[in-house]
Amino acid sequence: MVLSITALHRHPAGRWLFWSLLFVGSLLPLGWISLQAVQQKLGADPAQVIVTFLGIWALRYLWLSLAVTPARRLLGMGWLQRYRRMLGLYALFYASLHLLAVATFILGWRPDLLLRELTERPYIIVGFSAWVLLLPLGITSTQGWQRRLGKRWKTLHWLVYPVSLLVLLHFAWLIRAGYLEVLIYSLILAFLLGYRLYLRWR
Amino acid sequence: MLIRTAPDIRPSEITSESVYRQRRQFIKGLAAGSALLMSGSASALSRYELDAEQVRYRGPDWLQQKLRAAATSPELSTTEKLTPYEHVTGYNNFYEFGLGKDDPKAYSQALKTDPWSVEISGAVHKPGTYQLEDLLKGIDLEERIYRLRCVEAWSMVIPWVGFSLASLLKRFEPTGNARYVAFSTLHDPEQMRGQRSRFGTIDWPYVEGLRMDEAMHPLTILAVGVYGDALPPQNGAPLRLVVPWKYGFKSIKSIVRIHLAEQMPPTSWNRTAPREYGFYANVNPAVDHPRWSQSTERRLPSSLFSPNIIDTLPFNGYADQVAHLYSGMDLRKWY
Repeated sequence: MVLSITALHRHPAGRWLFWSLLFVGSLLPLGWISLQAVQQKLGADPAQVIVTFLGIWALRYLWLSLAVTPARRLLGMGWLQRYRRMLGLYALFYASLHLLAVATFILGWRPDLLLRELTERPYIIVGFSAWVLLLPLGITSTQGWQRRLGKRWKTLHWLVYPVSLLVLLHFAWLIRAGYLEVLIYSLILAFLLGYRLYLRWR
Repeated sequence: MLIRTAPDIRPSEITSESVYRQRRQFIKGLAAGSALLMSGSASALSRYELDAEQVRYRGPDWLQQKLRAAATSPELSTTEKLTPYEHVTGYNNFYEFGLGKDDPKAYSQALKTDPWSVEISGAVHKPGTYQLEDLLKGIDLEERIYRLRCVEAWSMVIPWVGFSLASLLKRFEPTGNARYVAFSTLHDPEQMRGQRSRFGTIDWPYVEGLRMDEAMHPLTILAVGVYGDALPPQNGAPLRLVVPWKYGFKSIKSIVRIHLAEQMPPTSWNRTAPREYGFYANVNPAVDHPRWSQSTERRLPSSLFSPNIIDTLPFNGYADQVAHLYSGMDLRKWY
């Protein structure tokens, strides 16, 4: 499988095929939840369902973008590297929709509520900070910005590590009962970040 | 240059909410009246015309008869718009059956609620274990339409059918030592999958408690029905507490034990996170949950583009009836 994908990537058509699959496939969660919402299948509190759904997909894409380096080096999936930017941008995309959904569906853009949430709620402050830090990474993800920033680009994009920890904290902080899901995502992140520490200090 | 144009709708043309509600009540009244006339039925609760597709929950015959004979109690009920049946019975926190809001409905349907017995113990002259049917003998049911305010900042309006807890407690003759009432939910991991989970934070069984004066208050009821029919398992069948001025988690479900105690009993959420959930848990917009605000709530069902945000009222709008129970208490300390 890995071999054949690597082979496919030698041809422009193969590369185009994979790029399209990933691009369109990554829109499926959004399409699915939109369809559910339109068909009114999300129950009494669709706002909460949508917000949680978008948030968890933002987290998953962030974790996926962080999985590229370990997968490349441990599993020899070198072709993955060319999709790292797309995965990271989808993390920002779902995080932005998550934020918009909170402001629109939960807070109704009421200025007093927005201000209150952003100043008083620790888990919202943490989650919002993660988004604010992720934003410049998305903006500077183009090749043009990579050239312009040179060495500083790598320094800037190192921010993805603190961002991932903020995202995990944001997620864990709003749990009322039942830590299984948070535990699973924590273990995955621990591996993804731990592997980088291992590469550095081995 | 700024050109001012009149808005499409003048403020004077907008129907105020109170008038709108009055109209709705009027129309409802007409509908209920005509339904009664046409059916000729004695059932006061036949006004709930639900979709044919809705699953209705039938209790044992003795309970159905009592439910059909239930009276309404307008003076203790709100006239706000009811939360639809499908949401009342499909959006629940009942961690015994899972953490998701739709888990209780999905996983509780096999719960055996008949026969059901309740143990009455502690500081009473007549302790014992009683069948639910015997417990309810001679007690008339009535409907109470109450607001339910969840600690998670959403709320519903629900027509419960039940009876005052006071009327039940009096039968067992509490002694002078009875200062608190403790309740326990069924503990049965075989039937309740949430109790089998190893990653939960609640110690089973779920326990709750009230101070004696709270328990004896006329607003405090034990419910056996909702929307004129029997309680569905996900709503706490066959017997649950409803204390409308407290956050929803106080209203313990599927009760198997009522214990009258001298000391303040432990309560599940307080044990799990004492900083976040107190024993009293009175609805209070002035005291936030440490992680989120309690000053507003979203009345469900919430529509996506105009979220139904309303101000939360002290004691969930029941302050006139219950605030005196707490006079002199610092409600920031006793949250």
